[in-house]
Amino acid sequence: MTRVTRKYRFSSSHRLHATSLSDSENREMYGKCDNPYGHGHNYEIEISARGPVDPRSGRTLDPALLDRLVEEQVLQPFDHRNLNAEIAAFQDIVPTTENLAREIFRRLKTNWKSSFPGAWPVLDKIRIAETPRNIFEISNRNGEA
Amino acid sequence: MLITKRVEFSASHACRNPLLSDRENQELFGPAANPHGHGHNYAIEVTVEGEPDAVTGMVIDLKKLKDVINHQVVELYDHRFLNYEVPPFDRVVPTPENIAVDIWNRLQPQLAGAGSRLHAVRVYETADLYVDYFGEPA
Repeated sequence: MTRVTRKYRFSSSHRLHATSLSDSENREMYGKCDNPYGHGHNYEIEISARGPVDPRSGRTLDPALLDRLVEEQVLQPFDHRNLNAEIAAFQDIVPTTENLAREIFRRLKTNWKSSFPGAWPVLDKIRIAETPRNIFEISNRNGEA
Repeated sequence: MLITKRVEFSASHACRNPLLSDRENQELFGPAANPHGHGHNYAIEVTVEGEPDAVTGMVIDLKKLKDVINHQVVELYDHRFLNYEVPPFDRVVPTPENIAVDIWNRLQPQLAGAGSRLHAVRVYETADLYVDYFGEPA
């Protein structure tokens, strides 16, 4: 059993603003992240899958299949987009990187079996760096998210 | 406590299973099946688990850890064509998964000390692709 991790990058803009809070509460809660024009990040995401090593290919996972899944579910929809304005999931919830991690995790989990129909590999965890200093992780082991 | 030592080596490999035909290898591995091989700057991170010794304050002597990794891995792998020069890759495809398992098998007996044990081997094939191996459950 090994765990394979692949790293991807995308750049998006967002604004942290909760519709259930007043303007002054939003400014107090989110500070400069509440700027109505939004701001952006270079996100880096690591996606890990685990499973046995297939003796024929020597692989736990075919990286090309993961690339295709991530391209369709994450990079095409999110890269060079405004998360608040263009992603349905963030119409009602704040696109913090916590919520972004949950949305990406949900998309990968929902579509995993169409890319990897066998028993293995399984999604193990995702890790998102909003900046090199703010990092968020969701593990699949405890049924989180 | 976990202690990690990182080292680098450069090697060439071809992703080919000798039991398969050229066409099957090409289908399975794409450009990585090129029989002439291609190379990577590999980085490996070796993580040891244990508690600091009451006298030395160390889980493991990092100099000793470096010597073990150099002797057991780097001296064999560095600037080699893995398929031709480093067994078991004459019969096992040198994917990062199998490299992680092989490095574990080489290091694990050397690092089975009184107060510490090998916890994980991480192999970076590129900065954007790495594999972790934690051994097989007992």
